[in-house]
Amino acid sequence: MNKKVLLIEDEPNIIEAVSFILSREGWEVKTHSNGHDAVDAVRKRDPDLVILDVMLPGKSGFEILQDIRADTAMADLPVLMLTARGQVKDREMAERFGVSRFMTKPFSNADVLDAVRDLVAP
Amino acid sequence: MAQSAMVGSRIRERRVLAGIKQSDLAGRAGISPSYLNLIEHNRRRIGGKRLLQLAEALEVDPAWLSEGAEATLIAGLREAASIETTQPVELDRTEEFASRFPGWAGLLTETARRVEGLEQTVQALTDRLAHDPHLAASLHEVISMVTAIRSTASILADTKELQPEWRARFNRNINEDSRRLAEGAEDLVRYLEDAPDKEAEIRSPQDELHAFLAAHDYHFTALETEPDTVPQLIEDAPTLVTEAGRSLARDALGVYAQDAADLPLSVLDDAIAEHGLHPDQLLNQLGVGAGHLFRRLAGLPTARFGPVGLVMCDASGTLIYRKPLPGFDLPRAAGACTLWPLYQALAQPATPIRAMLVQTGRGQSQVQSYSLAEHVASVRFDEPVSSRAYMLLLPAPPGADADAARTVGTTCRVCPQEACRVRREPSILAKGF
Repeated sequence: MNKKVLLIEDEPNIIEAVSFILSREGWEVKTHSNGHDAVDAVRKRDPDLVILDVMLPGKSGFEILQDIRADTAMADLPVLMLTARGQVKDREMAERFGVSRFMTKPFSNADVLDAVRDLVAP
Repeated sequence: MAQSAMVGSRIRERRVLAGIKQSDLAGRAGISPSYLNLIEHNRRRIGGKRLLQLAEALEVDPAWLSEGAEATLIAGLREAASIETTQPVELDRTEEFASRFPGWAGLLTETARRVEGLEQTVQALTDRLAHDPHLAASLHEVISMVTAIRSTASILADTKELQPEWRARFNRNINEDSRRLAEGAEDLVRYLEDAPDKEAEIRSPQDELHAFLAAHDYHFTALETEPDTVPQLIEDAPTLVTEAGRSLARDALGVYAQDAADLPLSVLDDAIAEHGLHPDQLLNQLGVGAGHLFRRLAGLPTARFGPVGLVMCDASGTLIYRKPLPGFDLPRAAGACTLWPLYQALAQPATPIRAMLVQTGRGQSQVQSYSLAEHVASVRFDEPVSSRAYMLLLPAPPGADADAARTVGTTCRVCPQEACRVRREPSILAKGF
């Protein structure tokens, strides 16, 4: 059975491109595009990996990450965080909240695939 | 020390200020000079009638003598001392300090307030940059679009046998995103251009002066003939907000008026009509110093004579006058490019240097530069000599040899020239988004 990834991102064309490259690699890609109920979506979809944008409408990626880590059922879920602000501060904050990996926009498709492969053995 | 204990010092200060002899004041107040001497040295306490007599003789308010004008000063000093510092402060001698050194105490009070004000401004500006919603939104938009385009473009380029419907879809996405990217970039540029005018920004007195000069296009018609219009010009200037800024402007206009009196526009005009804007020939003809001529050329009305740029620095290399020439940018605050012949001139005073220059970056034009450093005052053997260097900038003559131009920058931070042997700090341009 295919591994499942949940992409939480609000930019439709980024969703489309990332979904495309991950699908070609054999992933089952689900997407979600707002912050409000992102944690519920993670619970419902029960993915093997979450790709989480920081700048989401409704709730920031940092808050969502905290909520995910607060739930014991998802404490070990690999989370790859995407942000446009590659500042040291953001990185430190994400690490403190338990991010598995951090990636700054704009990224190359190869970077995404490498990161995803590292986080979840196919 | 009790507050009243310093009455004597105030009496003495007042008396000296008024130029009254101790014996005269004693006579007027009906006491012996030796007794007044003891009072003035705070060795005798006085009050009541005697204080009133002395106050009357000194023509001051008795309350000023008993409490001192430094009441507010003392409050200010206590405030200044409350700032967190590792420096032990003699709080118990605050009053003595205020009384004995009112000037220094005033300066300290003022400085402490100014520091507090500036700290608030810096904090506000830092917050504004970090949390500026417009800037954050514009940047987010631009970066999102770049991310989408990069990812989509690499799919189009790298995927063999991409199905036609996918290819069409990704093409459409790229087209869409590139339009949004262009809009986002435009928005960002517009915002950054407008930003300085939106709110009061941190300005140094030098910035104030240059905003003032630029507002007049560096030419003051009134000063050409009427040197006494300086105060009016300064009073009417909305850009001169601090006393330091006004003081710099006063000096600059004073020099302008003096230069104009020594080399009237009519004389300069005739010489230019004969020789054109050629510094060598103008210097020969007019017999003035190069600095003087350069300042006059920079003050010519642009509409009649075309653009003339001028940079002046003091012996420390600090730019003290900046009139840019279109196509040649001058840094606002940070140190300029050390490759400028301005600095070469500073190192070799009285040696004229002519050099064709072209700045790194986009959209810059070739300029002809004339640089020279002069001593500011006459040379004295026991004092360091102070020099001032000038770099006059004129548009390059038509047909000038582009290859002969020396490549220089503006300031390291915005200079794309990576392999530069005199680079002082990395460029912010290399990093991109």
